Amino acid sequence: MSYSANYSGSTAKNLNSNFYTVKKKGRFSIGKTILYIFLIALGIICFLPFYFMIINCTHSSVDIAQKLLLIPGLEFLENYRRMTLLVPIWTGMLNSIVIAVSATVLSGYFGALTSFGFAKYKFKGKEFLFAIVLGSLIVPQQIALAGISEVMYSLNLMNNRLALIIPAIANPAMVFFTRYYIQAAVSDSVLESARMDGCSEFRIFNSIVIPMIIPSLATMSIFTFIGSWNSYLLPLFILNTQEKFTMPLMAALAKGVYQNDYGAVYSAIAMSMLPVMIVFSFCSKYIIGGLTAGAVKE
Amino acid sequence: MPGTTQLNILGGGTLLNKLRAGDKYGQYGYIFIAPFFLVLAVFTLFPMLYTLWLSFNSWDGGTIPAKFIGLENFGELLSDKTFRQCLANTVIIWLGNVIPQMIFAIGLASILTDRKTQVKAAGFFRAIFYLPNLVTMASVGLLFYYILDWQAGSLNMLLMKLNVLSEPFYWLQDVTATRGAISFTLWWMWFGYSMIIFMAGIKAIPDDLYEAADVDGANRWQTFRHITIPGIKGSIMYNIVTSVIGGLTIFDIPYVLTNGVGAPLDKAYTLVMYMYNMTIKNMNYGYGATIYAGMFVIVVICVAITFRLLDKKLANN
Repeated sequence: MSYSANYSGSTAKNLNSNFYTVKKKGRFSIGKTILYIFLIALGIICFLPFYFMIINCTHSSVDIAQKLLLIPGLEFLENYRRMTLLVPIWTGMLNSIVIAVSATVLSGYFGALTSFGFAKYKFKGKEFLFAIVLGSLIVPQQIALAGISEVMYSLNLMNNRLALIIPAIANPAMVFFTRYYIQAAVSDSVLESARMDGCSEFRIFNSIVIPMIIPSLATMSIFTFIGSWNSYLLPLFILNTQEKFTMPLMAALAKGVYQNDYGAVYSAIAMSMLPVMIVFSFCSKYIIGGLTAGAVKE
Repeated sequence: MPGTTQLNILGGGTLLNKLRAGDKYGQYGYIFIAPFFLVLAVFTLFPMLYTLWLSFNSWDGGTIPAKFIGLENFGELLSDKTFRQCLANTVIIWLGNVIPQMIFAIGLASILTDRKTQVKAAGFFRAIFYLPNLVTMASVGLLFYYILDWQAGSLNMLLMKLNVLSEPFYWLQDVTATRGAISFTLWWMWFGYSMIIFMAGIKAIPDDLYEAADVDGANRWQTFRHITIPGIKGSIMYNIVTSVIGGLTIFDIPYVLTNGVGAPLDKAYTLVMYMYNMTIKNMNYGYGATIYAGMFVIVVICVAITFRLLDKKLANN
């Protein structure tokens, strides 16, 4: 190996940087080109379905059925107008926003409260109760349909948007990640001095702990919001009147109503996806950062 | 404090002291976790246990109360051809998705975090690979339903333009193509997510381990095999376990893509779809619950096996 001659003379750091530049300029340029072609091709595969969606919702159904369309057309408003005749898409948007925002707020507040209880107090059976939280993360639970429908009927929550909001209070993933965050970020001495100043425990949580864990709460909340926005199975069987439908149900409704009116259906699909895509294009770094912040704990 | 008085009434001083476990403020632990556990009990634990109990009953969900019939439902489940078909479909679709997903995820993660190559625009690629994971699964199913449409679908038109196909192909009428489309869609949605989890794992590996491997003259494969893989044990475990649970309970995409029936020939019918149709459409709550119970057992066994296998495999490294 050519670089082994330099070995004894230079420090390890220098050697390494030499070593990397040699590789970069020499053997790896063809490999690198292939690598970039591969990455770009994969990127195209990831974006292509969205591209088809965006392009197709701007063309008339006749054009969509007859040719491959690759540039935007002028028919979006026409498609949109036809779609909204039978699909109350903005009602769906409003329902989805109300449900997802309420679920996110409840999940964040009560998740943090529960995490605080686990992180900063000692009590009997604590680890056992925490094991239940963990256990509920790894068993299939959102699909126990017979039991869920029994609960929803007896609480009169069938065809009620609250049925998709209240359960968010118990979000195990929230507690799992936030517990360790509170343990690390909130020191016991802060609690002690607040107690000396006569703060009640509840006030300590509301006005001291919450502000301290806002970054972690915000990141976790993005995922709660997206999860709630995207959920399909539960709304599908709980909601049965159109004026209560969420966006995914509205998109499915558009398919049922318009079948081969491709332009109308594509515009409904696009409207159900665009909000999340717009949010992502503005804060992708933040979202991905949050994902890994949680994952490192594993 | 209202909480304190309540607990004092409940058990007097001694019980409270026991429960506090030496913490003067211990009772607040209970108070703060109470709402969470109340909701967890009502909306998660009870439905789960109630469904498992219903699996020993015959019930149509109506006003006539459920009737206990012991293991009869399970006997039926074991000889149920549709259940077996659904289990096979689910596993095939899952394998068709998870194998390429993990290969792409781990490969891309090591490329994008490589200390030597230093891929340009790594952040951009990371974002675009992850994007499909965020959008609504049901809408993705719908989108692919239309893209795969034999007549008006963009895929057939693209392939015909590129001269790969001479006439339109009926993707969703063909067993392999339908299963393949579901696996592909799931791969498309999830490899970016798994990749990001792996990337976080790789970034947490100390730089000097890689430098030491360089000094020792290890090649890329050896470095990958002996430093990267053991270093991301936790991420591998996390990714595979979540994929087992998610994969065995897949619903949204096959449901939308096959109009809820698992066509063609029930070959794209998954376990949760079968349970949904049995419980909600056929109103057979008892048997629907039995399918849930069967699925529950299968998931728990698979997760346990995964933990076992991975623990051994990864410990050997």
